[in-house]
Amino acid sequence: MNNFDAFGAVLLTHSVGLHARPSVRLTQLAKTFGARVEMSPGPEGPWIDAKSIVKVMGAKVRQGSRLHFRAAGVDAKNAVAALIGLVERDFDEAQADAANG
Amino acid sequence: MTKINGNVGIVIVSHSIDVARGTADMVRQMVGDGVPLAYCGGNPDGGLGTNVQAIMTAIDQAWSDSGVAILVDLGGAETNSEMAVELQPPERRRRIVVCNAPIVEGAVMAATEASGGAPLEDVKRTAEELSPV
Repeated sequence: MNNFDAFGAVLLTHSVGLHARPSVRLTQLAKTFGARVEMSPGPEGPWIDAKSIVKVMGAKVRQGSRLHFRAAGVDAKNAVAALIGLVERDFDEAQADAANG
Repeated sequence: MTKINGNVGIVIVSHSIDVARGTADMVRQMVGDGVPLAYCGGNPDGGLGTNVQAIMTAIDQAWSDSGVAILVDLGGAETNSEMAVELQPPERRRRIVVCNAPIVEGAVMAATEASGGAPLEDVKRTAEELSPV
């Protein structure tokens, strides 16, 4: 539980929760950081590896959940900020849909 | 395709060309174009089937120096994929794996892992992590 350098939480507003495409985006972004990054659908856990697509998708986090992140490592703060930003931007899906026509 | 040659490639082998193409579409739309990707399926008459030559061509198309992970559906897709691997030059053979995972979900999971630059063993493990143990 200890030894994390950054923490954050964000309300998951995406219409269908953390489903396939958002899970892929979140995992891909988490992997760009060296820090160990974990997430949880609540403050008490269960904490899962945010870089594991199988675990993130398997968590089936629903809309309205408050998604918690914690990270350990030199870029931990950036990692948590970036992940929260992604959730706040609704996983950039509006742009993606526009780009896909 | 060459600029992304660093990431593990994904090959999709189904008895049905529609399943193979649809699975590849899901990978492209969900994961993006950060991984080499190829698919094959069906027989030349438009029916169901798999064949070794088509699989070998798909392996060539998705080839990456980091290796290739193959996702298959049933029976012949697996045995023909294994044969296609055996027919590769020895230095390539050890860098190709057939994943024991459901084809659609496994392909998306494997490609997601591969898109982050993960090595072949991690890509295979991620796809297979889906299967109940």
